[in-house]
Amino acid sequence: MSEMKKIKNLKEFSTSADRFEGANLLCPGCAHSIIVREVLNATNDDLVLSASTGCLEVCTSVYPYTSWDASWIHIGFENGSTAVSGAEAMYKALKTKGRLKQPERNPKFISFAGDGASYDIGFQWISGCMERGHNMMHVVLDNEVYANTGGQRSSSTPIGSSATTSPAGSHSYGEKKNKKDMMSIMAAHHIPYAAQVAPNKWKDMVKKIQKGFAVDGPVFINAVSPCTTEWKFDPKDTMALTDLSTDSLVFPLYEIIDGRELNITYRPKNVVPVEEYLAAQGRFKHLFKDQYKHMIKEWQDRVDANWDYLNRREEARV
Amino acid sequence: MAFDKMELRDIEVWDGNFAAAQALRQCQVDVVAAYPITPSTPIVEGYAKFQSDNYVEGEFVMVESEHAAMSACIGAAAAGGRVATATSSQGFALMVETLYQSSGMRLPIVLNVVNRALAAPLNVNGDHSDMYLGRDSGWIQFDSYSPQEAYDLNFIAFKVAEDHDVRLPAMVHQDGFMTSHTAQGVHTMTDDVAYSFVGEYKPMNDMLDFEHPVTHGVQTEEDWHFEHKARQHNDMMTKVMPKIQTVFDDFEKHTGRKYNIVERYDMDDADVAVVCMGTSVETAREVATEMREKGIKAGVIGIRVIRPFPFFEIQEALKDVKAIATLDRSAPGGTCGMLFNELAGALYSAENRPLMSGKIYGLGGRDLTKAHLVELYTELQANVDAGKVTTPLQQFIGVRGPKLSFL
Repeated sequence: MSEMKKIKNLKEFSTSADRFEGANLLCPGCAHSIIVREVLNATNDDLVLSASTGCLEVCTSVYPYTSWDASWIHIGFENGSTAVSGAEAMYKALKTKGRLKQPERNPKFISFAGDGASYDIGFQWISGCMERGHNMMHVVLDNEVYANTGGQRSSSTPIGSSATTSPAGSHSYGEKKNKKDMMSIMAAHHIPYAAQVAPNKWKDMVKKIQKGFAVDGPVFINAVSPCTTEWKFDPKDTMALTDLSTDSLVFPLYEIIDGRELNITYRPKNVVPVEEYLAAQGRFKHLFKDQYKHMIKEWQDRVDANWDYLNRREEARV
Repeated sequence: MAFDKMELRDIEVWDGNFAAAQALRQCQVDVVAAYPITPSTPIVEGYAKFQSDNYVEGEFVMVESEHAAMSACIGAAAAGGRVATATSSQGFALMVETLYQSSGMRLPIVLNVVNRALAAPLNVNGDHSDMYLGRDSGWIQFDSYSPQEAYDLNFIAFKVAEDHDVRLPAMVHQDGFMTSHTAQGVHTMTDDVAYSFVGEYKPMNDMLDFEHPVTHGVQTEEDWHFEHKARQHNDMMTKVMPKIQTVFDDFEKHTGRKYNIVERYDMDDADVAVVCMGTSVETAREVATEMREKGIKAGVIGIRVIRPFPFFEIQEALKDVKAIATLDRSAPGGTCGMLFNELAGALYSAENRPLMSGKIYGLGGRDLTKAHLVELYTELQANVDAGKVTTPLQQFIGVRGPKLSFL
């Protein structure tokens, strides 16, 4: 087993060797790059990475440039996870055959994909990777929308959000379906480790990523990634928005071990009303009109119910 | 635990599927990622059994779809090792997106395609619809006509595809059921001879070389996309055929079995010729011999390498022929068959332009009988005698209902 990287403080963390360069084309204020850097900085080991088609991919690999100082592959929208599973299989094969060029290394296999590439079009591919037990980590950069193509709804888009294919209007409050519960679905594969993370809680995130690297088998990580462009907030407010997402419990931070044992890893001292989270984003602006105000209560009730459910799961230890 | 070698008789009775599975075992493929589909399923079943019995040291990954199979093959090949899979028909169609990706990323994967019709209507039997679907995908395509050839061409495919001047993926085609499920005598190589022919995989731009990180599968738009595609096409058009010829020659030295880019049968003095692929080549050869007894100078052209298409070899092979018919086993969807169009393209600028007609046959596993071919050769001779094509340009062979002919 490889040695886990020890990180004392944010300064030390932020000055770790960058294998994901700051030179990329992501929007100012995009949380993707922060999350990716936090994941990669959690280890000193070598990396085999993939990105599914999406913001991260198109903004970091425009020929003849690359933002990746690590082995990296992109194939298509749906199959980034499977690309990494194939590379992991090759690693095992060459290890068995004694043909690895650097046999002493202990590489980490990680696929990054947006929610569109994970919850929707790549769902089957990820399920296959989890079921087959590859030693890999799939990280969802969950910005709850097809951001790369201009803000169409995905099955991660939450109810009441205005997306270009579920726009709010005089007769619609926007998206009608609630977000798919991907964490439960992935945990139901009985993988050794699944966790929800947020870039503002970087210590919690690093701890979970390192836990994920330490287990033998597939790991699923869902990372909330506030999107300045599609959620419609000022690029300077990304971290403030992320704070609202975790402290309103809209994005509770927890882990599920072996598909069963659920642990809540962050309990905000002061829980923020969901209304504040919604009010901070243009995509929910219409919910504050009289016509759709009932949706704000729907949101709060649902978030409360989910928090109650997670607490009961944690308590029950099943 | 080291893997075991398998003792083979000089001649084994194998069907095309098992022959292909044996070839993959002998090539010591590092990763096979696959999904079963009729009629190619026994290739992956056979390979799985080899692994269970310790005849395979590499990884065998059973994924959840053909798209995932090729996706995993791409990841594995980019990681740096020998990679193969097998499919047919609908599975091939599902794979198409990734076929373009693997060739565009210059990854030398070998894909056994056991040819089968494409739905709708659903049909499990052999025709060349899937083969034709892959013809613009940037893959090298070899066609086998028998289990022996399905076996041999796998070794050849790895050796051509993995060459560092080529670095393009390759398909080995065989006819569904007619080849894949028909057992015949197959001359084998020993495990050692087979592996020494194909050689150890030599990685290039491998993701598992951590001292030299590589970015695979980049984004290019109008600024660079065309140059990438053009360079790839240039390599396909200029580097692949000479390499195939070298490997064919090398294979003949190893085994005594000779392969040609275009397979000629009784073509030296032929007046009329049928151009076809797959198991139909053997039927046509038998009939051609019989037609010679009737005084018709008949020959057969079998296409061995479909991509890159052998334009010059075709011109050369048909330089003294007076009339030809192309046999296409795929519904052309509103034009002439692929072989008709490619042959017309090759021959239009040739000095000798034989009279040409195109036939569509055998869709969904419909038999092509000797009687059909007797009729066809007779028709070609009539064209020669008349000095012009006496029939419509495109006709369907062996279909019920009113005779179908066009153009």
